[in-house]
Amino acid sequence: MSYEVVIGLEVHVELLTKSKIFCSCPTSFGDEPNTNVCPVCLGLPGVLPVINKRAVEFAILSGLALNCKVNPRSKFDRKNYFYPDLPKAYQISQYDMPVAEDGYLNIKVNGETKCIGITRVHLEEDAGKLIHAENGDYSLIDYNRTGVPLVEIVSEPDLRSHEEARVFLENLKRILQYTQVSDCKMEEGSLRCDANISVRLKGKKELGTKTELKNMNSFKAVQKGLEYEIKRQIDSLEKGERISQETLRWDEGRGLTVSMRSKEQAHDYRYFPDPDLMPLEVQQEWVEKLKGLLPEMPLQKKERYITQYGLPEYDAEVLTFSMDMADFFEDCVKEYPEPKVVSNWVMGELMGFLNAERIDITETKVTPLNLAKLLHLIDKGTISGKIGKTVFEEMFKSGEDPEAIVEEKGLLQISDTKELEKIVDEVIKINPGPVEDLKSGKKKAMGFLVGQVMKQTKGKANPQIVNKILRNRLK
Amino acid sequence: MEITKGNVEHVAELARLEITEHEKDIFTEQLSNILDYVEMLNELDTKEVSPTSHVVPLVNVFREDEIKEVLKKDEALKNAPEKEDGYFKVPRVIE
Repeated sequence: MSYEVVIGLEVHVELLTKSKIFCSCPTSFGDEPNTNVCPVCLGLPGVLPVINKRAVEFAILSGLALNCKVNPRSKFDRKNYFYPDLPKAYQISQYDMPVAEDGYLNIKVNGETKCIGITRVHLEEDAGKLIHAENGDYSLIDYNRTGVPLVEIVSEPDLRSHEEARVFLENLKRILQYTQVSDCKMEEGSLRCDANISVRLKGKKELGTKTELKNMNSFKAVQKGLEYEIKRQIDSLEKGERISQETLRWDEGRGLTVSMRSKEQAHDYRYFPDPDLMPLEVQQEWVEKLKGLLPEMPLQKKERYITQYGLPEYDAEVLTFSMDMADFFEDCVKEYPEPKVVSNWVMGELMGFLNAERIDITETKVTPLNLAKLLHLIDKGTISGKIGKTVFEEMFKSGEDPEAIVEEKGLLQISDTKELEKIVDEVIKINPGPVEDLKSGKKKAMGFLVGQVMKQTKGKANPQIVNKILRNRLK
Repeated sequence: MEITKGNVEHVAELARLEITEHEKDIFTEQLSNILDYVEMLNELDTKEVSPTSHVVPLVNVFREDEIKEVLKKDEALKNAPEKEDGYFKVPRVIE
């Protein structure tokens, strides 16, 4: 039988504010435990939370970037549950009046564009981190993360495969990074993803029973976790079993999903308006002002790279992966207006070294201007393309200007015909075999002889001139 | 509005309260009475009234995104019943 998969995602994203959402503690990651806390985020009696304006702006921006309607009025509610990751025994969240709702995000899977609905975007506070003793009957808590501002983004159940879910998540991450509201580092937990999954027979209207899958901590885990859970559900149905509605945890090590004991049996969170926090009123004027801050979104940028620069779709996709990479490319094209050549160097050499060194484009010493200079040097024949790669490697290591490197290392291309003739004659003398081959029409021998000249000159010979001399000599 | 003993047991469990059978009976009756009293509000016509979540006429009470002083570590942990290596220590909890 043929099944249809239905997936909706809930994504939590930590916002890049300096201070927490309801107090003035820093939001930095990786500090000593319980050193970024105050009476407000520790939930001590008698304190009052006050909302961080920037967090509200980032939430509105996230909503706008996802084509949502920004609600003119929203409020904060308490979500009650007992779990020591929040010392107040409730989380401040938004229940029925989120900051923004009713948006969409376009994804492209297998060449087809699909519109995925965004149900809502709301603000809430992050919880602390629990460490469970390996052998012991206790847990340790670090409240540094408590109160870090989060937006929760909920998608409509529009995703039909784990592949679509992965692409959706990648696009979402890219959009939020472009918007600069979050760094979206899954490995540091600043982007976290839960999924609601169900399957139904193809053609059926009503949804199957869903399970909620948590603890997928990387893009790979999302893909593998969903893949596993979809198969598990289909296998169960095939065996005539029923799916029970439950919360599952992805066990990365064992590669399977396991049932979690639920936080609160009936998930009875007893939401009610937080009396400590005043409602938000977002005037149209404010929304317009924030709209003006939105950058060109990744998908539009990609389309523009294809039309404006004539780049292949693949190049456009790779270059727009991050805004910093795209900026690097465009800054370089301004100085060296050959987009495809720049693209080749950025995607080949630059990304190659970045990946090898495991560093980000923002950390490289190579500047767009220096790459443009290098490409001009190759064009002018000052250096050969091959030497260009050597120079680039040096630029990557030292951050030096390519002209300075060429001079310092004596890498100038040899274009002096007299000098090259001498070398060519030498090569002809010691390679009678290939010379004969060439004379008898074996074109392949030409490449060998040019290669020998290159070897003698350590790659500095101008290949066009070498070719010309060789052809003249061996006519 | 009628409150059943089952409702009282559920609410007590959510609030992690241990109550005796006798108390269950008392609270069942008392909670019913309270809700009946509040029920009077339903006699009012509120068609033209929008839902109120706050009675104070204030909106957009913001603070700027600035870092201010935090508690010293030993101060933060001062009220912890138990601690270890700078962490709060609690009975093992896994959800």
